[in-house]
Amino acid sequence: MGNLLSLTTFIPLLGAIILALFLRGDDAAAQGNAKWVAMATTVATFLVSLFILFGFDPSNTGFQMVEERQWLLGMNYKMGVDGISILFVMLTTFLMPLVIASCWNVSARVKEYMIAFLLLETLMLGVFMALDLVLFYLFFEAGLIPMFLIIGIWGGKNRIYASFKFFLYTFLGSVLMLVAMVAMFSEAGTSDIPALMAYQFGSDDFSLLGIQIVGGMQTLMWLAFFASFAVKMPMWPVHTWLPDAHVQAPTAGSVVLAAILLKMGGYGFLRFSLPMFPVGSEVMGTFVLWLSAIAIIYTSLVALVQEDMKKLIAYSSVAHMGYVTMGIFAVNQQGIDGAIFQMISHGFISGALFLLVGVIYDRMHTREIDAYGGLVNRMPAFALIFLFFTMANVGLPGTSGFIGEFLVLMGIFQVNTWVAMFATTGVILSAAYALWLYRRVVMGDLIKESLRTITDMTKRERFIFAPLVFMTLLLGVYPALVLDIIGPSVAALVENYDMATAGMHSAGTH
Amino acid sequence: MISADIQTMMPEIILALFAMGALLAAVYTTKDAMAPLLTWVTSGVFVLLALWIGTGTSQTVTAFDGMFNNDGFARFAKVVILLSAAAVLLMSQEYMQRRGLLKFEYPLLVALSVVGMMVMVSAGDLMALYMGLELQSLALYVVASLRRDSVKSTEAGLKYFVLGALSSGLLLYGASLVYGFSGTTLFSGIILATADGYSIGLLIGVVFLISGLAFKVSAAPFHMWTPDVYEGSPTPVTAFFATAPKIAAMAMFARVVHDAFGGIVGEWQQIVAFLSVLSMFLGAIAAIGQRDIKRLMAYSSIAHMGFALMGLAAGTAFGVQAMLIYMAIYVTMNVGTFAFILSMERDGRPVTDINALKMYSKKQPLMALVVLVMMFSLAGVPPLLGFFGKFYVLRAAYDAGLGWLAVAGVIASVIGAFYYIRIVYFVYFGEENDGLDGKMSPVLWITAVVTATIVGLAWVPGINLFGIEVVAQAAAATLVN
Repeated sequence: MGNLLSLTTFIPLLGAIILALFLRGDDAAAQGNAKWVAMATTVATFLVSLFILFGFDPSNTGFQMVEERQWLLGMNYKMGVDGISILFVMLTTFLMPLVIASCWNVSARVKEYMIAFLLLETLMLGVFMALDLVLFYLFFEAGLIPMFLIIGIWGGKNRIYASFKFFLYTFLGSVLMLVAMVAMFSEAGTSDIPALMAYQFGSDDFSLLGIQIVGGMQTLMWLAFFASFAVKMPMWPVHTWLPDAHVQAPTAGSVVLAAILLKMGGYGFLRFSLPMFPVGSEVMGTFVLWLSAIAIIYTSLVALVQEDMKKLIAYSSVAHMGYVTMGIFAVNQQGIDGAIFQMISHGFISGALFLLVGVIYDRMHTREIDAYGGLVNRMPAFALIFLFFTMANVGLPGTSGFIGEFLVLMGIFQVNTWVAMFATTGVILSAAYALWLYRRVVMGDLIKESLRTITDMTKRERFIFAPLVFMTLLLGVYPALVLDIIGPSVAALVENYDMATAGMHSAGTH
Repeated sequence: MISADIQTMMPEIILALFAMGALLAAVYTTKDAMAPLLTWVTSGVFVLLALWIGTGTSQTVTAFDGMFNNDGFARFAKVVILLSAAAVLLMSQEYMQRRGLLKFEYPLLVALSVVGMMVMVSAGDLMALYMGLELQSLALYVVASLRRDSVKSTEAGLKYFVLGALSSGLLLYGASLVYGFSGTTLFSGIILATADGYSIGLLIGVVFLISGLAFKVSAAPFHMWTPDVYEGSPTPVTAFFATAPKIAAMAMFARVVHDAFGGIVGEWQQIVAFLSVLSMFLGAIAAIGQRDIKRLMAYSSIAHMGFALMGLAAGTAFGVQAMLIYMAIYVTMNVGTFAFILSMERDGRPVTDINALKMYSKKQPLMALVVLVMMFSLAGVPPLLGFFGKFYVLRAAYDAGLGWLAVAGVIASVIGAFYYIRIVYFVYFGEENDGLDGKMSPVLWITAVVTATIVGLAWVPGINLFGIEVVAQAAAATLVN
């Protein structure tokens, strides 16, 4: 199978085209068909992607299953996976069937809804597999279109504001990256990602408009990429689009946003910032560490006072992404291992949390925390699953949330003790907001009149959570499953980085 | 000798003879009853000429002692001009007919202006350039005020005429200065004259020339006529204004600055960069307040001209290549967008208010998708065609050391994205109101769907933008070497 990666990437697109061309009508039968076609497509994608996982050789730190075709301007259409990207691919294909299953109750413009998600899946997979700068940008940016529509068409009351903010915010971040990409293409004469990783971009200091730029070109390009990935991630203080987008997006949209789209930022740092601009990363690294520490503490505090459940989880996502950026810019084995692990695990946990909010939102049509209380009395299964994911979110040992945070803190401690100290308080704060949320929503007596008839989770809903619970537990007790795959690639990344920056330090002493 | 010269100019001569012959035939026979047929025939002639030029000689041939060039650059521009003019003529036939505007002069005036454009892009001399420009403009002034009983249309024609005359004046004044200080009007002579130094007088001449050219491409700060003329003219005429004349003017711009002033790139580069940055920002910001889709497209075209000028500002062969690709892409997107705008009507009357688009997707899912593709492409969101145009010009600007211009450009494109996605918002999730009705004519439908398919899929590996890259590269190489 020479083009397994392209096959995986474009199966969802094929499903979308089939839906668009062959499905007529908007009655219940047509809607059901649309859902089943989407489900079959995503499951097929997952099954095909398993071949990637089984065919992958973790000990090889280079790119595998590479495909290449001639394209424009001397660029190539090039796809490939390595230890860093493969798990994101698997995360995407694993979560998409669950996302489709979660929108089984949607009844407005179902066909378009399914098409949007299938398109989005193709674009997300493309982001993680692209091995050409411009191809990456293509997939990265194109994802804005379906997401804009998902928030705008199927979103909540304030969806127009949220969709515009989402689009323009992320678009502004990425166009600066586009300029940097043009610059890289022009400097190195290639847009091939492996070639660019080996290319040394200029790092001599120069001054621009009277400002001395340490690290020269590399720092400037690093900043341009940072603008894009920091917004996508999102990092404090450019995170403000996320709570709006999350609150207004439909449940499935929130799940995709939190579980997969946010990871593109972290993936970008690992794929571009660290290997291509090591000097820039070294210059700006401490700055990112402090931003992350602020993000963890600040957004955890903000989460404490939220009255909307989705907003609370959104802020908690920002805080957890703070650990990710921190781990990445610690640039050691534990830090980056932890960051990737945290991203994968956050994909399961935050996805599950948004789905849980969706479960009760479907019944009560409100996300106000005050509107709930004592749900345990009528919804024991819900209470149990919610408890499980709350604990995973807090980072209880035995769940995957713990491993990621612990590794990151271990990594950061070796680099910057102060930052590590502040970041650790985030663990306590996350326990505070998550448990308090749980208490207010689930525990206590059921006194609200409107909740008296609420029903517990249906079979379909339980079925959606089963794989998520399984994965969270599995990775919690046997993290080697992930670490064995990412380890060698991360080790190679760290080694190259150390070599590049060691040269910088010795050059600096002259 | 003279017969070889005429041979070189054959396409222009044939088109001019066709226009005049058809004019006589129509006047002496059935007049306006012939108009629909003439429209189709004129389009057919355009397409045939485009095929002929496109598949003809690949040599550079000059005629009339260098007054007229038939080189790869001119051929590229001519093919795009002819094809876009043919598409717009076909699209306008039904619209004009239903509103009683389809006079037999319309296709013929368009044909005459296309002759002017072809001369413009081939000109090797300031005189030839001016002749082509005036032929084009005079025909366009008349077409703009085609709807004689409408105040707005007459106003558009008059405004276009007065401002166009002013710009022609500027251009002539610049040309006379250049002639005075270099002693020749031939481009090949001017470039020799500037080879070893130039005087300040020549430079002032260049500034005036560029100002006149900027009028024609509607670059800020010489853009004022554009929104009014776009709004006032009948919509098919607006569609025409937005396509063929823009390429012709842009190609002429490139020819003048490279063929005549290629020796003093550093001098005009800053002026063009300034025009570029101003147009991009003005187009992006001023369009936000527009509620009329034709005015909006006018500002959009100003912004796009800014991007095309960015390629030109690079002053390199790659810059010209990027500009040509940008213009070809721009024209494709505009043809598709105007095919849709032409179909916007309620109770048989044309509608231009963008509020009427609200929830259009419920009534016409396919057309709504076309609008979506066009708008995101105009905004420059990948993987649609518009992104690649931007990518080429950004690359050209960066390569030429104009990194700041590239940064300014992408920021302007984010501002501009706002009004494009606002249309998508209206179409897909605005509040429902009594929007558009009426059916699209088959020609419009086919044009819209075909261009949307091209815009959406041209990036696919294997299609590779239909190989335009290579063609544009060859075209640019004949201009800049």
